[in-house]
Amino acid sequence: MNPGDLSTALPEVLISVYAMAALLFGVYTGKDRTAGLLTWTTAAVFVLVAIWIGTISGHRTAFDGLFIDDGFARFAKVTVLLSAAAVLVIGHDYMNRRGLMRFEYPIVIALAVIGMMVMVSANDLMSLYMGLELQSLSLYIVASIRRGDAKSTEAGLKYFILGALSSGLLLYGASLTYGFAGTTSFSGILSTVQQGAMPIGLLFGLVFLLSGLAFKVSAVPFHMWTPDVYEGAPTPVTAFFATAPKVAAMALIARLAEGAFGSAPKDWGQVLALLSVASMFWGAIAAIGQRDIKRLMAYSSITHMGFALMGLAAGTAGGVQAMLIYMAIYVTMNVGTFAFILSMQKDGEPVTDIDSLRMYSRREPLKALALLVLMFSLAGVPPMVGFFAKFYVLKAAVDAHMAWLAILGVIASVIGAFYYLRIVFYMYFGEEREGIDAGGMSAGAWVGLMGSAAIMLLGVVNLFGIGSLAQAAAATLVH
Amino acid sequence: MSRRWSLEAEKEPDVDHLLREYLPILIFLVIAVALGLVLVLAAVVLAVRNPDPEKLSAYECGFNAFDDARMKFDVRFYLVSILFIIFDLEVAFLFPWAVAFSGLSLVAFWSMMIFLAVLTVGFAYEWKKGALEWE
Repeated sequence: MNPGDLSTALPEVLISVYAMAALLFGVYTGKDRTAGLLTWTTAAVFVLVAIWIGTISGHRTAFDGLFIDDGFARFAKVTVLLSAAAVLVIGHDYMNRRGLMRFEYPIVIALAVIGMMVMVSANDLMSLYMGLELQSLSLYIVASIRRGDAKSTEAGLKYFILGALSSGLLLYGASLTYGFAGTTSFSGILSTVQQGAMPIGLLFGLVFLLSGLAFKVSAVPFHMWTPDVYEGAPTPVTAFFATAPKVAAMALIARLAEGAFGSAPKDWGQVLALLSVASMFWGAIAAIGQRDIKRLMAYSSITHMGFALMGLAAGTAGGVQAMLIYMAIYVTMNVGTFAFILSMQKDGEPVTDIDSLRMYSRREPLKALALLVLMFSLAGVPPMVGFFAKFYVLKAAVDAHMAWLAILGVIASVIGAFYYLRIVFYMYFGEEREGIDAGGMSAGAWVGLMGSAAIMLLGVVNLFGIGSLAQAAAATLVH
Repeated sequence: MSRRWSLEAEKEPDVDHLLREYLPILIFLVIAVALGLVLVLAAVVLAVRNPDPEKLSAYECGFNAFDDARMKFDVRFYLVSILFIIFDLEVAFLFPWAVAFSGLSLVAFWSMMIFLAVLTVGFAYEWKKGALEWE
């Protein structure tokens, strides 16, 4: 190790030091009274670090190649940091009102974000696992943060047990990979794979690694924890689960597939294509029966992960670019949608039933319109930005001679459009019924909802330039 | 700093060699599982079983059992045992570090100091939070 190593990982080091300082500050001063202050500082730190990472350029490795800082990692880190900051801001008011505002909450979120940053910078199976576990352990804690509530503790426990199982699968795959490649470093594995036929043991290692990671992005058939955890966890935590960790895990899959097994794209391409098709269809079909909007968003996220995996399955630089664009847009849409879900309440109690949205447009025309834009965007209706997200992955699949995958994707998105449009239908044409209260939205959530909806409309001009940024990021990963 | 775990595998024979190095562990695992099964199954096959209520009830000294032996424990016991893990891990890492102390580089020394500092932050938090107090 040399001083250069620390400067390469300086963003992670700084956030870690901040998290520890905030923990001591909180516990030695006002305890939970400092929660509001810490939430805003943590969000500010995330945004500042994101801006700083945006100004870094170049390609560096540190700690003997365990840690890599390249354009791909930085794109993912900025997305993770900004979405985590947005989730803290939109959820602040909800946590306050429901008495969930513990000062540990923003700190644990910060620790989860450090884990995600290590994940996307992992260049070795060791650092991969380290980042993944830091992220997962933090997420188990926040899932059960409402600890007096049976559903929240159930969500935390369920997530923990299935997460531990998936970590076991991943470790088993890592040990097989190490056994047959003789090294844990991604570049070492890559040179072993390049030497010719892939040993069967290495193939098993690869499949186990991908299965473990598929748990984290909740791809079918490793999705069973998602609806229960989304429903049981407090809504701000659900919003967090649906955004930043998905980006980090998806980037990690891309790094592992391209960086460590990049010369054998056929081997992992078919695994990812299977996960992609299963997720797109099961997410779209199972969501139809859901009346709870949080469970619905869980299935929606499963479908979206299927689409992002389609980009990766293509195994090209264009596919990785499409995946990055998809994730950035997906996160933006989810922040807006969850900002709305956070404000859904009736007589001061939170409601999550989609029936309570009937004729909502008559009471709150502006918010209903914003939600309409987001639902159209999630469904992938042009001219919303969500359409372009799908367009890029479909194009990547067609370019990689996987037209069948693209066709299945289009069919799945048509099925999925039903439940997004049903929400719009309820808001505009449903029968009048006693629904959620008008108003009751905090400024932070309002900005989140309106900002996200505005981006979905204005982004059609040039997607705010993320297309070329994602292209540059993908070029650093796929040679 | 050399990385022990990145043994370079240049050719196929090296991989075979690497796997052969793990053969003793495989043999050990097979024997351990087989022996464990034999001991468990031996009790099923050989032992005389003649249960009655007295044998099945929980053991109490001098009087009849009045409660299920599988009672709920106070969660604080678990809390204390979890907090103990901090010190447990600390020692697990400190011990090899201390044994090799004379040959350590400055980086190795400060790495451990940083590790201890991070643990101390956690300890200060749990203390101030009141996790160490019984009431």
